Amino acid sequence: METENIVEIKDLYLNFYTYDGVVKALDGVTLNIKKNEILGLVGETGCGKSVTSLSALAIVIPPGNIEKGQIVFHASNKNFDILSLDEKDLTKLRGRYISMIFQEPRAALNPVYTVGEQVAEIYFHHRKEEMINKVLTELEEDLKKASGLKRSIYKRDLSLYKKMLENPKSLSLRIYSKIPILRRFQNRMKKVAKKEIIELLKLLNIADPPRVVDMYPHELSGGMAQRVVIAMAIACNPYMLIADEPTTSLDVTVEAQILYQIKELQKKFNTSILYVTHDLGVVAEICDRVAVMYAGSVVELADVMTFFKNPTHPYAQSLLESIPRPGKKFVSIPGTVPSLVNPPKGCRFYDRCKYALEMCPTTKPKLLEVEKGHYVACHLYGE
Amino acid sequence: MSTKKGRFAELKKSMQPRIKEFKFTMSRVRKSPLSLAGLAIVLFNVCIALLAPVIAPPTQYDPFMIPRDEKLGWRYEPTGPSSTHLFGTTSLQVDVFYGCIWGTRFAFILGIEILAVIVIIGVGLGIIAGYYGGVIDEIIMRFTDIILAFPSLILAMAFVAALSRSGWTVLNAVILSIILVGWPGYARLLRSETLRVKSEDYVEAARASGASDLRIMAKHILPNSVYSMIIVLSLDFGTIVLTAAALSFLGLGAPPGYADWGRLIYDSVSWSSSGFRYWWTFTFPGIFIVLFVLGWNLLGDALRDVLDPLYRRK
Amino acid sequence: MLPVTYTVSDVEMDTLFEVESLKKYFPVLGGVLKRKIAEVKAVDDVSFSVLKGECFGLVGESGCGKTTLGKTIIRLLKPNAGHIFFDVPKDELEEIKKLENGDPKSRRLKELTRKYDWARFGASKLKSIRKYVQIVYQDPTTSLDPRMLVKDVVVEPLVAQGIARGTKANERVIEVLEKVGMSEKHLYRYPHEFSGGQRQRIAVARAIAPNPRFVILDEPTSSVDVSVRAQLLNLFTDLQKDLGLTYMFISHDLSVVECISHRVAVMYLGKIVEFAETEELFKKPLHPYSQALFASIPVPDPTKRRGKPPPLLGEVPSPINPPSGCRFHPRCRLAVDICSHEEPILVETSQGHFVACHVVAPSKRG
Repeated sequence: METENIVEIKDLYLNFYTYDGVVKALDGVTLNIKKNEILGLVGETGCGKSVTSLSALAIVIPPGNIEKGQIVFHASNKNFDILSLDEKDLTKLRGRYISMIFQEPRAALNPVYTVGEQVAEIYFHHRKEEMINKVLTELEEDLKKASGLKRSIYKRDLSLYKKMLENPKSLSLRIYSKIPILRRFQNRMKKVAKKEIIELLKLLNIADPPRVVDMYPHELSGGMAQRVVIAMAIACNPYMLIADEPTTSLDVTVEAQILYQIKELQKKFNTSILYVTHDLGVVAEICDRVAVMYAGSVVELADVMTFFKNPTHPYAQSLLESIPRPGKKFVSIPGTVPSLVNPPKGCRFYDRCKYALEMCPTTKPKLLEVEKGHYVACHLYGE
Repeated sequence: MSTKKGRFAELKKSMQPRIKEFKFTMSRVRKSPLSLAGLAIVLFNVCIALLAPVIAPPTQYDPFMIPRDEKLGWRYEPTGPSSTHLFGTTSLQVDVFYGCIWGTRFAFILGIEILAVIVIIGVGLGIIAGYYGGVIDEIIMRFTDIILAFPSLILAMAFVAALSRSGWTVLNAVILSIILVGWPGYARLLRSETLRVKSEDYVEAARASGASDLRIMAKHILPNSVYSMIIVLSLDFGTIVLTAAALSFLGLGAPPGYADWGRLIYDSVSWSSSGFRYWWTFTFPGIFIVLFVLGWNLLGDALRDVLDPLYRRK
Repeated sequence: MLPVTYTVSDVEMDTLFEVESLKKYFPVLGGVLKRKIAEVKAVDDVSFSVLKGECFGLVGESGCGKTTLGKTIIRLLKPNAGHIFFDVPKDELEEIKKLENGDPKSRRLKELTRKYDWARFGASKLKSIRKYVQIVYQDPTTSLDPRMLVKDVVVEPLVAQGIARGTKANERVIEVLEKVGMSEKHLYRYPHEFSGGQRQRIAVARAIAPNPRFVILDEPTSSVDVSVRAQLLNLFTDLQKDLGLTYMFISHDLSVVECISHRVAVMYLGKIVEFAETEELFKKPLHPYSQALFASIPVPDPTKRRGKPPPLLGEVPSPINPPSGCRFHPRCRLAVDICSHEEPILVETSQGHFVACHVVAPSKRG
């Protein structure tokens, strides 16, 4: 069944069970990400955008718990119901079909391993067979040209690698991997991996990749570290990339570089991207469609031109109004985000909304299509 | 309007948020059975210590001198548990039950005295070293290095021996020795906490507000380092009492007939060669020691688990 | 209404701060004996003035030294060199300038610097200046002591400097809290019980409690949400009008700086590279770094997408070993030969607009 969506989130409810009460973080989130598009997910602190993006990978941080809902991931010809998969299947998906990059690049990198080692970890986890096959072809070439002692070494290496493919947990392999001198057979694979990694880093415009591969995360600048993280995320050419505020902690000139990079990569690899941010400028710069979240649900979903020209939901309108403009007084949204422990029964934006109607505090508005591809959850446009 | 009533109302109001925090801490303690056990044991010990005069009425001028049974005379050999002597007697017919009960009280007094002085010295020096850095820091840290270079028990023994020779009573010597051996740990802990807190924005903001060094140390650094100190304190209580008991056991502690667990065990050593024949002489004091130290250890562990997430929650 | 566009230079404004050749270096210690092996030149020979009643914007990316500059001016840090003249009457300021150029060793100059130059003040004199200058930090979570109640946090500057105590202090605390939009019922609570925006208000209340002349706002809205940002910015402008404050607004968020500042300085690697009135600077940035910086801001308007490659490549070099000559020359599209061995000085290209660039604003000498 060919759909144009790559991920569909249907009616997701998520609660956090804390000392202060049950925090109803997600209240029926419905969202879809199309193939080959960049969807911006906008909202303020506490609206649930990060939680939503993590849930797409079925990562729920305790004391959270998904109450209801469905997340469907459409790969090339298969459909995955993410929330019903077990850990084993999920680890096969994560990093390979769906990847994620986070806000703090240096927090996402392990400080005691070099860049090369960390990227290699991704390769060895997901693309091991490919690597081994490459090694095998190389070995067979060398075997033809070698003689004498080298020949016997290559023969032994060949058998070991073949065994890696057939029976990775075999005893002889395990022994060989532990003993220092015999361990050298792994060097070939490491070299192959290193070549791949350098190519990957070149793709991200990292200067002098052979030097960077041996550097530790603390030696990298913020922009470079984020590029490394992105490299790790696209190493296996995933169908979808989830980016959780990746440029928020970077300087504005570096942010411009990374945004350009992401856009180029997206065009080259046709990856879908879910870009979570609170910066409307970034949304305008790279996104194709925008989804706005408020207090746990999606309030507006539209393509980016329509959204900026004609924001429909009162909250979206207020957001755009609050962008500082020189010469004008700053416009803010009165009031504060409601407590999610005791959320209001109806529309959660009711007490801050200029256009509140009678039914707003009692019934929750549903996300409806007001024009083609433009969805709003507001009683002003309801049935 | 600084009336007495006004000030009291203000005090009550400022205590309220702290009480709320305390309740939160207690709720976390309640969740772990081991921490509850630790708390229960410690409270049990506190009760015994407080009720000592009721449970085992003193008969001599110094209530810590264990009464001997006159009827049984000056016989060396310990007599077993009986209706008059619940835990039996040890050499020279000293009542073990009395010794254990009053030993609890003595342990608390010892622990509190020693810890109070250690905390004052250690915290003071630690914060000063961490805050000022430079030469002061180096000097204080070298002192701690010197003391920490020695195994604590052996150093304490040496101090006790030296001090009792220069005219100190043995008990006071024990207290001073454990203090001397114990303060470096706290100094180091507070120094590292001070370094951590010193780099926080609010300390610089306090400086921008014109706060003097003393004010910053007392009102900002100290309250923020208190949590880790409390954890170490509760764990140390047991250790200190254990050290004091160990010193008594080695003969460098309480005088004969004193209500101290270590002393009781010292007296029981000569009778343990016959195996378990005179089991009551060391078993009961031993149980009391184990229970005491266990209670404080569990409580300390529980506090560590409870107080650390408190940081994360904020 | 914030008069963003009045021309400052026309009117005879009084100077609050006159900063000359300010330097702040941080030593890098290394080796076994922890000796100084290098220096981080955070602020390297910076001169400018802050006028009374204005909001002086300071922009730049991380590592450019803007926060260090702010903290050094109010003497939270001790400068390595330079002068910080505070609130010097106009005639005496002119005298200082004349003496510096003419007779730098005169006794009168020494007398004046001893009186007004904060860079020279020792510990005892510094105690007396604390009430004139305050600072609001970026992150209200770490800038408020988590163990102190709100009332203790706000009353601290009053008590620490002996300005007020007891009931008078409490009254002042309530007064200040109400000015920032909070109330008496918030007194006995801990900061962590409040939202980010409210915590920042508490920090502002603490800053204005001792009735200062000058407040440094160090990225005050970076840690709060967009909707709260506007509330805080309105608060700042209202307080400025109400209390006659002078601000130094440090930020990397150029859109906010554009709306709230009267004059703006752009810093790069410890130096001011361009400096002008806000409207002039944002309309016509002259320094290539300023141009690249402004072009890098993502504009919230999809019709104005950049699309092309980013305006500035590479990363900011380390301030320990800044490039020779003009610090921007390795990344500059206009760089010529002289840029790599001679540092440009600030040159006035038009009324009140200063640029430090050999190509755009060559200096008259040589």
